[in-house]
Amino acid sequence: MSGHGRLEGREKVTGAARYSDDRRPAGCLHACPVPATVARGAITSIDTSEALADPRVVAVLTHLDAPRLAEADDPTLAVLQSARVSYRGQCVALAVAETLEAAEQAATVVRVTYEAEPHDVVLVEDHPGIYAPDLANGGHPADRVRGDFDAAWAAAEVRIDATYRIPPLHNHPMEPHAATAWWEDGRLTAYDSSQGTGEVQKTLAALFRLEHTQVLAVSEHVGGGFGCKGTPRPHVVLAAMAARAVGRPVRLALPRAQLAATVGHRAPTVQRVRLAARSDGRIQGLAQEILTRSSTVKEFVEQAAVPARVMYRSPASRTTHRVVRQDVPTPSWMRAPGETPGMFALESAMDELALACGLDPMELRLRNEPDTEPDSGRPFSSRHLTECLREGARRFGWQRRGPAGRPEGRLLVGTGVAASTYPVLIGSAAAEVRAEADGTFVVRVNATDIGTGARTVLAVIAAEVLAVPVDRIRPEIGRSDLPRGGVAGGSSGTSSWGWAVHAATSGLARRLAEGVRVPPEGLSVCVDTRELVAQGTEFARHAFGAQFAEVQVDRDTGEVRLRRLLGVFAAGRILNPRTARSQLLGGMVMGASMALLEESTMDPAFGDHAERDLASYHVAVNADVPDVQAYWIEEEDRHVSPMGSKGIGEIGIVGTAAAVANAVHHATGVRVRDLPIGARALLGRFSGP
Amino acid sequence: MREFGYLRPTDPVEAVRLLVGSPEARYLAGGTNLVDLMKLGVERPRLLVDVSRLPLGDVTPTDGGGLRIGALVTNADLAADPRVRAAYPVLSQALLAGASGQLRNRATTAGNLLQRTRCLYFQDTAKPCNKRSPGTGCPAREGVHRDLAVLGASEQCIATHPSDLAVALAALDAVVELLGPDGPRTLPVTDLHRLPGDRPHEEHRLLPGELITAVAVPPPVPETLSAYRKVRDRASYAFALASAAGILAVRAGRVTHLALVLGGLAPKPWRARAAEQRLIGAPADEASFTAAVEAELAAARPLRDNAYKVPLARNLAVRLLCDLAAKGQAR
Repeated sequence: MSGHGRLEGREKVTGAARYSDDRRPAGCLHACPVPATVARGAITSIDTSEALADPRVVAVLTHLDAPRLAEADDPTLAVLQSARVSYRGQCVALAVAETLEAAEQAATVVRVTYEAEPHDVVLVEDHPGIYAPDLANGGHPADRVRGDFDAAWAAAEVRIDATYRIPPLHNHPMEPHAATAWWEDGRLTAYDSSQGTGEVQKTLAALFRLEHTQVLAVSEHVGGGFGCKGTPRPHVVLAAMAARAVGRPVRLALPRAQLAATVGHRAPTVQRVRLAARSDGRIQGLAQEILTRSSTVKEFVEQAAVPARVMYRSPASRTTHRVVRQDVPTPSWMRAPGETPGMFALESAMDELALACGLDPMELRLRNEPDTEPDSGRPFSSRHLTECLREGARRFGWQRRGPAGRPEGRLLVGTGVAASTYPVLIGSAAAEVRAEADGTFVVRVNATDIGTGARTVLAVIAAEVLAVPVDRIRPEIGRSDLPRGGVAGGSSGTSSWGWAVHAATSGLARRLAEGVRVPPEGLSVCVDTRELVAQGTEFARHAFGAQFAEVQVDRDTGEVRLRRLLGVFAAGRILNPRTARSQLLGGMVMGASMALLEESTMDPAFGDHAERDLASYHVAVNADVPDVQAYWIEEEDRHVSPMGSKGIGEIGIVGTAAAVANAVHHATGVRVRDLPIGARALLGRFSGP
Repeated sequence: MREFGYLRPTDPVEAVRLLVGSPEARYLAGGTNLVDLMKLGVERPRLLVDVSRLPLGDVTPTDGGGLRIGALVTNADLAADPRVRAAYPVLSQALLAGASGQLRNRATTAGNLLQRTRCLYFQDTAKPCNKRSPGTGCPAREGVHRDLAVLGASEQCIATHPSDLAVALAALDAVVELLGPDGPRTLPVTDLHRLPGDRPHEEHRLLPGELITAVAVPPPVPETLSAYRKVRDRASYAFALASAAGILAVRAGRVTHLALVLGGLAPKPWRARAAEQRLIGAPADEASFTAAVEAELAAARPLRDNAYKVPLARNLAVRLLCDLAAKGQAR
């Protein structure tokens, strides 16, 4: 595999890389949150005397004495501002102490009494509070109607009507959310485990009524995010608040057990998919109707019906989102929000339709390829789904597949396929590129590397423009005082930051080509892509892919094991094959994990997510993914960016769960529509020996 | 985690003396479960008596042809021991089915036997739990209980015992060697753990201060084959939805020896005595295995979300016995 290894790889494997919680400024204190033990109600009293009796405890902040914050754009950040409890696990006090142990101990002896109110935490499909939001996440209209679906349904030769359910899912990055913050002369510095320091800076400035220049946010190394570090989270506000209150630096790392309630999660969805088709498999009507939920604090609507608006040709379509607000933690972004759950349902339904029509599932997809984006009618900037399917089928050995799986002793073995899509999102950014007198170059942009290889790919982009080796480029990223970047989210980072780097580097290269000498202080070019990006596009821009899975199911126990997973993607030009492959593999592993393992249970009595560690919330381990392969087809899309690249952070997860579920069906004849698919779902549902 | 005292005695008698009369003291060896529970605030010892350097780390042959496993032998070392692999496959397989490589490198034989339930309510100090705080209730019965017990549970507690090793040792008729303030004594592994009844916080039959020093495994029963099989959704690092340890001998198509123990189903390793009794002398075929295991599982009392464990355990145990019988025939 060609490409460049991570520039910071040596620092990471030797432990030299510093993460947010590795910062220990002189005099640094430790903070530990006290989580609410009711799901809904009001705090009636807080007794901190036992906690404060420990001489190591410096303060216990509560809603009664915590610094007042300005109103937050994101109400989940209004920490310790009122007596109201909106979900179990919400921070109701913060213990601050000289040692971590003292802070943790103090947090356990803060006595909080509540006036508890009956809570509503169970998502039922006839909930009286269900409503139609205006917009789903990403700014998508909640409802889109095209043609007359009901007429198409009535006239259809073949109908699929199926409901799919996905439980809440948690991001659980390896590095928990952590921040270290301090104040100096009215200026706030916050080291934060974040996907974007610009947002952290902006948010802290607003909450604490500061100028942007009075806040420095730093995320030098981040141990994964998957979306849950995409917006500032309560821990950084708490750390900054505590540091202001006690006049010393404060660090706060959330215990993993508090992540499920605090940092967002993928909301549960109930998805009804209806496909009306001719007997030859051509879709005449497509309806995907989503029910999901949010908290009472903030509306977040998982946009699971959105990918159906771009996938398949259909004269009529109806895609809708409905939501209910409950006394639960606020959901948020998790790797490919919308596309991941939505494509599980749609691609499972496509498999069901293929069977109903007696068609190969690949062939069904090929027959329903659209010429233009179905809902918008816009031309695609590039769409090579067909090539992904064909290339994947060739590599996977799809043609050897029979109509049903094959037995192997006590095992049943089967294969499945599903398609993937993810939009090309690009934000504007600014970058500075400086030629140094010693022949090296510094690339400065407020990008964030959450483990994806962002540093490295930016160096690759600059090196290519300058026609110099990558080791002569030194990226500076992860600080809010660098040229404006944007969040590492929506698979947009490389395109957004890279465009700015490409433009600035091109400008510098031109000047050097003109013969401009590099002075001792260096020669610098800055570019902001605001106007370039604002020009927009007439094209529908999406990445596509196809995943193929082979599974075995134990007849006796229902245990499902993945044998092979293979993906082929069309995601524009691949700028750094080594880190790109890693991203795609990681997405696929996460999708397989979602299909087979991941399950968060809302405890109806207490109103919290019951599984709060990695022993009980199962994510895939190595033994679960013995053979995962990622490939891509050559695609260079000049309609998306000067680099010709699309995003790759999320496309790998989309569709994977459906490919696995479809393989389970092929192996067993059992269609599992509620994730995860495990022994419990399968046991006793297929015939014995 | 609250502050605690820490002592490291050098001989077992001294260790016992330090613990006796100190209900808030705990032995620490591998610490794989105790330290986790201390971090969660479930265990809040005032004193840790670190026994990890006591001379209890060897596997030695016994006079009768069995093995004595020191309490501090790690799960990784025990699983890899050539004598264990050759004579007691069920033991090696059970160990390797447990936890992860990292945990097996630290976990000890005695600690594994005494590990606490992974019931989510037991682990969350903000919720009631009769086992953790007697008399507070058992929310698991109505709550999240899909991994919890269908056998041997009570109105007060439906926790499962999480150990794989204990299931294999119960099948081997192993004996726990103990040292207490009044000297040494022994206890069969099958008697080590208690069923919860109305005292779920009393999990085992150790006396205050008693230290497990070794586990003695009798010599293998002639002509037997043994195996352990664990069912779990995740292929590694997951507790059993159900597991089974079987030791079987067949002569002329009939069962001459059988030990069958089920794991993941009950608050202790579930020795399937009813099934064993039915099968001794019975034909070693799927029909009689099925009838016997079903008879054993007639005692199951599943709840709303864990009923799947009953057919799962049946299929698992029957398949295990069929495989052992087939393997014996082929030999």
